[in-house]
Amino acid sequence: MTTTQASAAAQPSTAAAPLGTGSQASRVLGVVVLVAMAVLLWLAFVASPRDAIQGDLVRLLYLHPALAWTAYLACFIATGASIQHLRKRTVGSDLLAHSAVELGAVMTLLTLVTGAIWGRPTWGVYWVWDARLTSTAILFLMLLGYLALHRIDAAPEVRSRRAAVLGVLLVPNVILVHQSVQWWRTLHQDPTLLDRNFDFGTSDLLMFTMVFGFVAISLLFVWLLLHRFRVAWLEHQVESAWLDDAIEARRAEALAESREAGAR
Amino acid sequence: MLRDALLVAGKDLRIELRSKVTAGQILPFALLVLVLFAFALDPDGPALERATPGLYWVAVLFVTVLAVERSFSLESGDGVRDALRLAGLAPGGVFLGKFAALAVQLLVVQAVLMVGVVVLFGRDLSAPLLLLGTSVAATAGIGAAGTLYGVLAAGLRVRETLLPFLLLPVLAPVLIGATRAFEAALDGVPSDGWPWFNLLAVFALVYTGVGILTFGSLLEES
Repeated sequence: MTTTQASAAAQPSTAAAPLGTGSQASRVLGVVVLVAMAVLLWLAFVASPRDAIQGDLVRLLYLHPALAWTAYLACFIATGASIQHLRKRTVGSDLLAHSAVELGAVMTLLTLVTGAIWGRPTWGVYWVWDARLTSTAILFLMLLGYLALHRIDAAPEVRSRRAAVLGVLLVPNVILVHQSVQWWRTLHQDPTLLDRNFDFGTSDLLMFTMVFGFVAISLLFVWLLLHRFRVAWLEHQVESAWLDDAIEARRAEALAESREAGAR
Repeated sequence: MLRDALLVAGKDLRIELRSKVTAGQILPFALLVLVLFAFALDPDGPALERATPGLYWVAVLFVTVLAVERSFSLESGDGVRDALRLAGLAPGGVFLGKFAALAVQLLVVQAVLMVGVVVLFGRDLSAPLLLLGTSVAATAGIGAAGTLYGVLAAGLRVRETLLPFLLLPVLAPVLIGATRAFEAALDGVPSDGWPWFNLLAVFALVYTGVGILTFGSLLEES
């Protein structure tokens, strides 16, 4: 991906801004991710056997927990970057938080969808009011709220600061929601235990594939976050360059007018 | 800070006493919600009776959105926000003041809603101490979170749609906690309700802390 050349008036620190989102390191990482994904697919569908109890459903477990983990990871990154933004007010920390939330929302949605696909045959329902499920759903709404707040029609620094306050509250909110739902379900009725009937002793390959899934999905997450952040960075450059260009144009107009006035 | 909080709370409550928006519009709306629930669920059947604690708190949450909206629309006109900053008030104090004024109004609404529950739904109030404690703790949490999210959405063209979207998911723990505590008070064993009171208190403390710390940077921007 390329973008318009940042204007000459842009700050010197941005002169070294990349013109695409790829770099030597990220290309290497991209190749590693592709290979890892291919290996994961082969492990999940070809190499690993059906589970004695769950049958083919077990194959979802190579994906679902790993997606959930990256969703939570995205939240921690967003909260950390938001705290940093409130402290130092740097552009980069806001862009990182925004990128992490956007990616986190995708991962959270995928987590919910894969979980529902797994839950229907296993529990007989797409959804149970379990603490983990409920707090993940609320988390998804909070991430959407952050994205909505980040899109408001206001000055960039206003937008960033308000979004950062939401971002700081992301992890505490999820913990509060999770705890309250857990107490609610345990005080109220028998806890909905996720009785997965795991017996990893049956298959070391199953365990290995699951761990490998974590690694592959995490690498994918890092690659996506890297590129999303760079796109955000470039968008920011274009925005500020546009403003500089506009100011430059006005200045030129004003100079021309004053010259005309002098000539008269 | 506390002196500033009292000043801001006094200002907001004086405006309310003179304009009577809460008393004239928000309060009737809260009662209307109760009546609508009675229409939706058979008022003579067991469903309404079982659902009363939940309905009560859902009504309170709806009212909260309106009250927060009102609380910040007070500041949006005539450069009041700038005036608040120029007045040299401590930002934490402004937060606490807005929060206190909102909490007072919510408590008034809840008192009327409670009467509504007794009269319209024919419930007897048992375990008054638990009911009162729950109301105060839940209102503290709702008020603190509402004030913080209110300022996040303040002054935006999309605030009416953004505020409930941001605030309601966050208030899920309050809804769960307050509803369970009310259930314990009205239908169950009151001693089961006190753990929920603790959860509500923790929620309120977290949001009050975050509000005091971040309000300054949010006020100075717009």
